[in-house]
Amino acid sequence: MSRAATEILRRRGRLLLWVGCLAVACVLPLLFKSGFLVSLLCQMGIMVVFALSYNMLLGQTGLLSFGHAVYYGLGAFVAMHALNLVGKGGGPLATALLPLAGGVAGLLGGVVLGYVTTKKAGTTFAMISLGIGELVAACALMFPGFFGGEGGVSGNRVVGKEKLLGLTWGPQIEMYGLIVAWAFVAVVAMYALTQTPLGRMANAVRDNPERAEFVGYDTQRVRYLMLILSGFFAGVAGGLTALNYEIVTAETLNAHTSGVVLLMTFVGGIGFFYGPIIGAILITVMQIVIGGLTHAWLLYFGLFFLFMVLAAPGGIASVIAMQRALWQAGLLGRMLPHYLATVIPVLVLLAGLVGLVELAYALLAGEGATAGDEATRVLGMQVHLRSAMPWAAALAVSAAGAAGLYWIGGRMKRAWHETLSTLNGGRA
Amino acid sequence: MSMLNGITYGLLLFMLSSGLTLIFSMMGILNFAHASFYMLGAYFAYQISAWTGFWPGLLVAPLLVGAVGALVERHGLRRAHRFGHVAELLFTFGLAFLVEEVVHLVWGKVAVDYRIPLELDGTLFSLFETDFPIYKGFMMLVSVGMLLALYALLTRTRIGLIIQAALTKPEMVEALGHNVPRIFMLVFGGGTALAGLAGVIGGNAFVTEPGMAAAVGSIVFVVVVVGGLGSLAGAFIASILIGCIQTFSVALSISITDVFALVGIALPQGSQVARLTITQLAPILPYLLMVAILVFRPRGLMGSRES
Repeated sequence: MSRAATEILRRRGRLLLWVGCLAVACVLPLLFKSGFLVSLLCQMGIMVVFALSYNMLLGQTGLLSFGHAVYYGLGAFVAMHALNLVGKGGGPLATALLPLAGGVAGLLGGVVLGYVTTKKAGTTFAMISLGIGELVAACALMFPGFFGGEGGVSGNRVVGKEKLLGLTWGPQIEMYGLIVAWAFVAVVAMYALTQTPLGRMANAVRDNPERAEFVGYDTQRVRYLMLILSGFFAGVAGGLTALNYEIVTAETLNAHTSGVVLLMTFVGGIGFFYGPIIGAILITVMQIVIGGLTHAWLLYFGLFFLFMVLAAPGGIASVIAMQRALWQAGLLGRMLPHYLATVIPVLVLLAGLVGLVELAYALLAGEGATAGDEATRVLGMQVHLRSAMPWAAALAVSAAGAAGLYWIGGRMKRAWHETLSTLNGGRA
Repeated sequence: MSMLNGITYGLLLFMLSSGLTLIFSMMGILNFAHASFYMLGAYFAYQISAWTGFWPGLLVAPLLVGAVGALVERHGLRRAHRFGHVAELLFTFGLAFLVEEVVHLVWGKVAVDYRIPLELDGTLFSLFETDFPIYKGFMMLVSVGMLLALYALLTRTRIGLIIQAALTKPEMVEALGHNVPRIFMLVFGGGTALAGLAGVIGGNAFVTEPGMAAAVGSIVFVVVVVGGLGSLAGAFIASILIGCIQTFSVALSISITDVFALVGIALPQGSQVARLTITQLAPILPYLLMVAILVFRPRGLMGSRES
């Protein structure tokens, strides 16, 4: 097959993937008619845009920011104020365009703040972005007129009497449609940006700033432009949040939100365009589903993140890419039994650790901790927290899992290295 | 009086920022979890003082924190190091997250009752009818003593010389037969122990709660940026400066309008900005200072290198 033909096939495949994703996003809420799922999907759509905008900095330009929520929050607040202004005389069309107002706010925020932050790259940028983030978060509490103080600013997304194509954005499912539309446009736009000269230069500035400068590009300018654009998309995500929840609090622009988007992007994988999408979807699901089940959710999340940093610094996307490479070389079949065998001790170990954490939480932080030998429900089981039995059981399960993992995991590691050398040997 | 309080707070900040600076200039790691070790120090000291009293805690808690730091370096950071600086930074970031959660888990979400020991509770002297507590004097004593010890260790002892050499030329030091990774572990452990000590004496002067790491952490970063990355002297000046700014600004209740009136500019009345007092501005002043420094002198007060 000629090169041009392969290229056409690849493009067609990519187009198919885009359309397929859009179709799945549209069909999912219709298949399962549950309100919980729709709100989960709404949150996911917003976070996908936010995480991708963050990866424009971290993945594409190599700028590790600890204050990205500033642009997201600014977008949310401006969109909310715009909504309240529109409420007097506007209609659904104006509401649908509000994320654009958020985007412009994020963009202007990027123009002002980015001028200071992007003077430097690397560690200095990371620290400055943190400082700016704290600055804006502190300001948010100082100006209750705009930021609404502790209670935040709220509004109503249903404005006016008329409808737009029969839509008022009132029901959550209509809001979901709006989010999907905006998210799709934003994702396509961000993907297109990676193909532009600016996107390519951002990669060059990330990889070798000296050489980029030598060729004649102003690295500071490239960083500045990327930050402004990234601020725009973060602002769009913020505007969508404002519409979705109809309330914006100072929490949207504080360090915690900045941290969450960083974790999402990193866990998904910063080296691939689709990485942050995976991260945003996965973390949102974990946040809402596991967060609803246990108080210890943040602890699990922190452990999971540390594990990812140490074991798979390329994120989930890089793991997927690796398996794809194996599959294309016809080697995946060799690894599959090992993967399946490893799952068992991992599950056992997880069960044991979760048991320990939940017991500790019930004993130390739970409401039943006051009484001496009170029976409490942990993981659906009735246990006596002060007796040795449940602790010993959880410990034993963890130990068994760890031992199993040591044994089976070692075998998997060996098989992995063998397969890897076959893969690389085949190429050479 | 504000001056003394400011210096006390500044010295505490320097205990944190000196460890951070040492770790940064040696390993190139910006330790995001540094303030978490400060928090751990305070909590360990609280726990130990609940069992045995304050004085053993003063000694044991920093050592414990240092040991935890050394373990983290040995088993976590060294692994993350292979994946580059971003992975290291993210590792410490995740660690800060985790430490806060563990503190929630073990000591609960509200502040613990970590108190100043009785023998240090009282007034040292009075100046202009304000009392200067003994404990503040004790804090100054400990921090100054610790700083002198650190200075002596770095410049007057053999291990200090090796550390200084490893700061600039790790390969050469390695070639001379020193175990550089172990020196890194020691420095990391030492830096975190300093943070732990700051936690022990700062935790009861201020408040010991799970949010204390986040509250102090960003200020310490401001100190390091303002002072210049990797410069101990710069960190010292910046610590004292920011300590004083924060203490003074909390005590001043004049508004921005008054400040402008002093220089002869009348601001339009009634706007929200004009009505803000310096006290209300206090939380953002360090950040404003940082932004100003970055605009006018990007390498910091005493920084030598552009990064």
